Amino acid sequence: MTVVDAESRFHVLAVDDSIIDRKLIEMLLKTSSYQVTTVDSGSKALEVLGLREEGDDSSPSSSSSSPDHQEVGVNLIITDYCMPGMTGYDLLRRVKGSSSLKDIPVVIMSSENVPARINRCLEDGAEEFFLKPVKLADMKKLKSHLVRRKQPQLQPQEKPLPQQQKLEPVPQEQKPDQASQQPAEDAPTPEVVAVSECSKKRKAAAIEPEVLSSPVTTNPRLPSSGLAVET
Amino acid sequence: MEYANLRRQAASLKRSLFDQGYLDEQFCQVEDLQDEASPNFAEEVVSLFFKDSARLVSNIEQAMEKYPGDFNRWDAHMQQLKGSCFSIGASKMNNECTLFRNSCGEENAEGCRRSFQKVKREHAILRQKLESYFQLLRQAGPARTATRSGGK
Repeated sequence: MTVVDAESRFHVLAVDDSIIDRKLIEMLLKTSSYQVTTVDSGSKALEVLGLREEGDDSSPSSSSSSPDHQEVGVNLIITDYCMPGMTGYDLLRRVKGSSSLKDIPVVIMSSENVPARINRCLEDGAEEFFLKPVKLADMKKLKSHLVRRKQPQLQPQEKPLPQQQKLEPVPQEQKPDQASQQPAEDAPTPEVVAVSECSKKRKAAAIEPEVLSSPVTTNPRLPSSGLAVET
Repeated sequence: MEYANLRRQAASLKRSLFDQGYLDEQFCQVEDLQDEASPNFAEEVVSLFFKDSARLVSNIEQAMEKYPGDFNRWDAHMQQLKGSCFSIGASKMNNECTLFRNSCGEENAEGCRRSFQKVKREHAILRQKLESYFQLLRQAGPARTATRSGGK
């Protein structure tokens, strides 16, 4: 991580467990003139941000593992939702729950169109929810979250239209009854590398009483004062 | 005129890949990200895809062997592979991944096995086709302003 251009460009931290998606988002961000750091997990993201996974509010300056991060502040976090271990939502909660990091805008990406999930992320502090595949046009939307508004603006959220689901005749993740047919996983074995978290979360989503209302929500909680933390 | 010819062949191959449903619009998005600073970006992504997807295919294979009937696990592994296919526009392969996941949802082991064979087949076909495509582009070389005279 170089410090040279840190002040002239916004620094985005991109989190995704898929190496392909990391490469793509990195290119998208670089093309849009952002400085980019990519990591493959929520816990690594927290390291970069200066939070230890167990601890909560450790001040960024106390981190000894990545001495650079203090000079290179993160202006925005863009994270995949479905990741093994810590999901993008978990990361969102950690960031928003940290006094030192809560003002860093967080954007969530997902290839799954689950309105309840989208709503929950937006309600819990995510600025935007992008449906994958993320496009260059989506990058333009990041700017408004970085150049802080004077007054809280209600951003029209990404509408998860069926056009994104171009290849799925039966989008399994959208069918609650599908989820309930899956065999109950009593003892999730820890060695599962794959994204069992999100499979289980689909089951949980199925029994949530949340009404699948319009995913196009406005987020009135946008902080008016919070400039992105530059440590 | 060698360059122009090779470019034409590459374009023609790409068109047929779209027409036959191997690739979709997302592949164009990936190619469009290429610029002077990263002139081989698309090929790098595709190369990365085949390396990573080979690993994911192997994971699925192992999961199906070591954990018979554990459809959640099989599905979770396939979800990763499907995500990669989706990201580069590997349309046919993506479809087969979806069918596999549907079989998982139905707890249909035989359906899963059949689907998995198709996933592997589509994987192999796509790899071969895209290798040809990028080879043509490589042979064509970077864009030339002057046309060659003679040549083969």
